Amino acid sequence: MHPSSLPGLHPTPVMELLNTTMDNLVDIQHLTFRRQKRVIYDDISLQIRKGQTTAIMGPSGIGKTTLLKLIGGQLKPDSGDVLFKGESIPGMSRRRLFDVRRQMSMLFQSGALFTDMSVYDNIAFPLREHTRLSEAVIEIIVMLKLQAVGLRGAAHLMPAELSGGMARRAALARAIALDPELILYDEPFAGQDPISMGVLVKLIKALNDALNLTSVVVTHDVNEVMSIADYVYILAEKKIIGEGTPEEIRKSDSPLVQQFLNGEADGPVPFHFPAPSMESALQGVK
Amino acid sequence: MNSRKTEVLVGAFVALAIAALLMLALHVANQGARGNGETYNLYAKFDNIGGLKVRSAVKVGGVTVGRVENIALDPQDFTPVVTLSISADYNEFPETSSVSILTSGLLGEQYVGFQPGFSIDGVENLADGDYIEDTKSALVLEDLIGQFLFNKGSD
Amino acid sequence: MEWLARLGSATLARFSAMGRATFVLTGALIAKPQPMKHIPLTIQQMYVVGVQSLSIIVVSGLFIGMVMALQGYTILVDYGAEGSLGPMVALSLLRELGPVVTALLFAGRAGSALTAEIGLMKATEQLSSMEMMAVDPLRRVVAPRLWAGMISMPLLAIIFSAVGILGGHLVGVDWLGVDAGSYWSIMQSTVEWNEDVMNGIIKSVVFAFVCTWIAIFKGYDAVPTSEGISKATTQTVVYSSLAVLGLDFVLTAIMFGIE
Repeated sequence: MHPSSLPGLHPTPVMELLNTTMDNLVDIQHLTFRRQKRVIYDDISLQIRKGQTTAIMGPSGIGKTTLLKLIGGQLKPDSGDVLFKGESIPGMSRRRLFDVRRQMSMLFQSGALFTDMSVYDNIAFPLREHTRLSEAVIEIIVMLKLQAVGLRGAAHLMPAELSGGMARRAALARAIALDPELILYDEPFAGQDPISMGVLVKLIKALNDALNLTSVVVTHDVNEVMSIADYVYILAEKKIIGEGTPEEIRKSDSPLVQQFLNGEADGPVPFHFPAPSMESALQGVK
Repeated sequence: MNSRKTEVLVGAFVALAIAALLMLALHVANQGARGNGETYNLYAKFDNIGGLKVRSAVKVGGVTVGRVENIALDPQDFTPVVTLSISADYNEFPETSSVSILTSGLLGEQYVGFQPGFSIDGVENLADGDYIEDTKSALVLEDLIGQFLFNKGSD
Repeated sequence: MEWLARLGSATLARFSAMGRATFVLTGALIAKPQPMKHIPLTIQQMYVVGVQSLSIIVVSGLFIGMVMALQGYTILVDYGAEGSLGPMVALSLLRELGPVVTALLFAGRAGSALTAEIGLMKATEQLSSMEMMAVDPLRRVVAPRLWAGMISMPLLAIIFSAVGILGGHLVGVDWLGVDAGSYWSIMQSTVEWNEDVMNGIIKSVVFAFVCTWIAIFKGYDAVPTSEGISKATTQTVVYSSLAVLGLDFVLTAIMFGIE
């Protein structure tokens, strides 16, 4: 949306500033999030630019999924803000949030297909819920989406009959059913065999280019995501430890980033979960 | 998804429940004098109501024509006043009718026996709110025994 | 001091659970109804909680009616009052056993299944993904199940009582030789439509509401792990049973206890 199309706004010098922020579909500002006492994110800021694929990488267990849920408004930050098209997600009413969510969709790690419906009904689900299209039109759309992910032949299968990779592709078809502007991918490559992984990488890239989507890919599979991402953030230790295009990241001289990229067991990100030193623990045993 | 089959089975389930309810209504439950709605109230004063309870039956010759609606004590003369709710289908009892408190069987419940009087010219029918003058109280076992002993003694 | 703090935190936890339960209930019930979408969903769920519970309800009802006739007969025959077998069976079923046993069976059969289903949908992120699709799971998933439970259980209780009375007839009349006429006629003169049948149905409606609410809330509130779901399922059955028995006393006292 061009800012001048916003009601009540006229182009002014300030708009120039706004214009740059409007390129950011999602803008996370100084976000802090705690789960009980444990701090998950400590004052992080990152931007997701329109039409780009942004990768968010980091070791497992640092709450990357949490970040997607914060963008989707399922969780509220303790401080800081998450802006979607310049509008604060945590500050929205439930009704407004539901409207906004129609413009985004999320691919869950497990696929999260509805197990009591066939693949066809799963993909038809958002269409039936949010549109008044006739069944004939819905069928055309569903078949197109299934064709896009190569599962048109599996339309009548139940989710339990699909392999992990197929389930994720079916979930992807469902995620794009309503032609969202933003897709959030939660670990799309985790637990996939090399072939499925290749298919998914190709699909994400193709969808991004063909539909001019904005994608956020949260993952720890470095090589796959580096090949499709336009911009990369690396999260560790509650902070963003590195950001840039894939080339910039590869050339980064930060030891943390290098440890992550090369998969070294120990380094700035410690191998051990925080604990008192082994010596002191052993001395305590009498 | 075979939603058609589901719908048919749910329909059968609801139909079965309705059939069961009809069975309860027609074969099991007694809608009695209350069932068809319209009733009118008569009052009767007894010396002693024994074990009579609210909802006890009012019977004429064994046919239930109403229920005991309320039992209260007259604040003036301290005698129990029983409100009888009689089905409007039976609204032509003459004023000379009498009521007594009877027991069904040896250990059975107590009920109000209603004895319709003779209707002669000049005797009006009982209407809503009327008092039945002629009443016989419940038999109380202790009184009976007392009477029996008293009679023995006077022999 | 320690136990005081523990008491306090337990109380707070209870209250917060009650608050969440109320939130789930209101979220599911106070929703703009969309009859075209929600009635088919409710029918679908009535199939799951109602039709699929039918066999256990019918079999239990039949046997309970038969056992009561057998037990009642041996007692009543000593007083020559075996004619009162009909009202004895009918009144016990209509007033107590129908609503209560149906509710207990429902909690074990349908309630636990509801909890497990919703808990698993939560654990497999189906509820989350529904929410991300801007579909409220309280309305789409929880509400149809709540309505289906609340409609189905009273129907099941009615069927239970009717089948039980027939079971009593089977044993009392066909086997033990009580006169069929007196079985039905004394029953009919004793059982009151309003007092006995309707009160039993009212009880059943209350139990249905409580059992379904507990089942749904426990599923929705379950910790999304296999351990959490198994715990939630157990709690559904335990809490529902206790609630039914406790409420039954209260309702009986209100309905039949006060002259």
